[in-house]
Amino acid sequence: MTATDHPHDVFEAEDAYAAERETTEGRVYTVTGGDWDEMVASVDPLNDERIILNLGPQHPSTHGVLRLVCELEGETVRSVRPVVGYLHTGIEKNLEYRTWTQGTTFVTRADYLAPVFNEVGYCLAVERLLDVTVPERANVIRVIMMELNRISSHLVALATMGMELGALSMMIYGFRDREKVLDIFEAVSGLRMNMAYVRPGGVAQDIPDDAVAMIRDFIEYMPTALDDYDDLLTGNAIWQERTQGVGYLDVSGCLALGVTGPVLRSAGLAWDLRKTMPYCGYEDYDFEVPTHNGADAWARYLIRIQEIRESLRIIEQGLDRLEPGPVMVEDKKIAWPAQLALGADGMGNSLNHIRHIMSQSMEALIHHFKLVTEGFRVPAGQVYTAIEAPRGEFGVHAVSDGGTRPFRIHMREPTFVNLQALPALAEGGLLADVIAGGASLDPVMGGCDR
Amino acid sequence: MSEGEVQPVGMEKDRGLFGVAGTGDTSGFGGLVRATPTGGEVIATPEPLGGYFDQILAAVREGLGDEIVRAAVVDRDELTLHIAPDKTAEVCGLMRDDESLKFELCNSVSGVDYPGRQHRLHVVYHLTSMTYRRRVRLETAVGTDNPVVTSVTGVYPTADWQERETYDMFGVVFDGHPHLTRILMPDDWEGHPQRKDYPLGGISVEYKGAHIPPPDERRAYK
Repeated sequence: MTATDHPHDVFEAEDAYAAERETTEGRVYTVTGGDWDEMVASVDPLNDERIILNLGPQHPSTHGVLRLVCELEGETVRSVRPVVGYLHTGIEKNLEYRTWTQGTTFVTRADYLAPVFNEVGYCLAVERLLDVTVPERANVIRVIMMELNRISSHLVALATMGMELGALSMMIYGFRDREKVLDIFEAVSGLRMNMAYVRPGGVAQDIPDDAVAMIRDFIEYMPTALDDYDDLLTGNAIWQERTQGVGYLDVSGCLALGVTGPVLRSAGLAWDLRKTMPYCGYEDYDFEVPTHNGADAWARYLIRIQEIRESLRIIEQGLDRLEPGPVMVEDKKIAWPAQLALGADGMGNSLNHIRHIMSQSMEALIHHFKLVTEGFRVPAGQVYTAIEAPRGEFGVHAVSDGGTRPFRIHMREPTFVNLQALPALAEGGLLADVIAGGASLDPVMGGCDR
Repeated sequence: MSEGEVQPVGMEKDRGLFGVAGTGDTSGFGGLVRATPTGGEVIATPEPLGGYFDQILAAVREGLGDEIVRAAVVDRDELTLHIAPDKTAEVCGLMRDDESLKFELCNSVSGVDYPGRQHRLHVVYHLTSMTYRRRVRLETAVGTDNPVVTSVTGVYPTADWQERETYDMFGVVFDGHPHLTRILMPDDWEGHPQRKDYPLGGISVEYKGAHIPPPDERRAYK
């Protein structure tokens, strides 16, 4: 190997981390990490021009594939323009080519941190179109699953917010405790995420006894974990400095921008669809809607912690209401025909069911075949149903033309709407507060882009 | 594209049991002819509508005249007011500010494509009154030759991204929107994917010698 094989001078002239080039727009730096000081040093400090900083879409502190185009003056943010769409997968279009039952497997993948809410929102819309009422036990199971999911989603919100503000321990604890919820989901449905567990007419299968025991263990464990978070963050001076007064958005701002959920409640308005427009029997549960007057990232952090405590109360009441009974509507024209049971090779159709359709009842076989291949028909019309997801109002606008497949499903995703507020709560502040403000909105790009 | 040229994917299937033609179907189901339920025009619900729906309708008519609501439809306990595409901002302004209406929150703006109708592109607004805990749906329709709807961003700033999405997905142009650009699809994308005449796409996949066509070309029940 000769010296000419390694033209060192060329490598040294070009910074491996921050290459710069001249363009018609001015000087452009491509920053890939570990080089901020060098880049800042190469910018003329006497130059008063604003810097356009492109943050994301691949950046660990933007919560997934969110891209922020920031206009900076020194370290002050003059404008932020969120750019979304990097995770668009056409879920709404795909739904139009599947049966109504298959739809749950698609909607559950939108907001991947809140799959149960996507499923319940969608199924409530289909059920209202069908005009069916789900059995009591299915409703209680849905409430339990939703509140467990709210806890797991808020835990990720706390974990990622902690990580983005430098509290890495919070990330480890948050994900550790979320794992306990995912274990419960696995015991209930067979899957940890994107379960497609809630189906039009009820839920896919009954909740097993060992899962109930796991939930009881969890609601006993979780309050102590919350106390630990309190010890770790609430009294922490750095955490307070980074969040208090940061990302301010008052009630009128929230309403104008359509912001709902913990962000709206952190501004003092006790608007929670579980209380104000109840569904799934939430009016029968005893719980509080926590609010705060701070309207900042700190208030949103406190609200999420308190909401986890309230969710635990709801789950406890739900477990006490879990009376034996069916978990799917009686109507055999709608109810999924398979009776699932755990066999030698895992979960599948129960042997009793197979015996029934294969050797006892031809009508049962026809029903099974027709429902699985063709699906059920939904009367023509349109409905809008909304539920309180961890990030705000999750709405489903469902249109049917009377066929076996949705004519149009639109998901009103809280992340998509709430992200519009990011410029309002970040402009005029420091660059570091863009991250804190964005984290306090708790965006999930899978939901935003659908 | 003019109305006459519309050849919507999936909507020509008024005939037969499945969506494919030319197969060796000897069952007789291939001869079935069915009227498309969505082909009809909007039918107004006879008044009184019941509940708070009459109060809303009366307040809207009092504020903007009797002609403003083209049709009021009550279905599954939900009220839909059909209005003209150039009146959306006006109606939303009244909806937000009138003391007896107070629809403070615009939840959702979305589109629906009904191919075969003269005004096939519908834009649907869902409003919520937090004061009275009521919901209402506003609906307007335009044709593809002049798909212009007045933007409501001046009344509800939250409609900004949602109108951009509706433009992106359906090609509805919102007059008065501050920067109507694509939001979910790339900026240089051609076409509007949620229209019914826009194919889903996909490739056929071979599995053990058989070819499974993409979802929008599969045989499907209607």
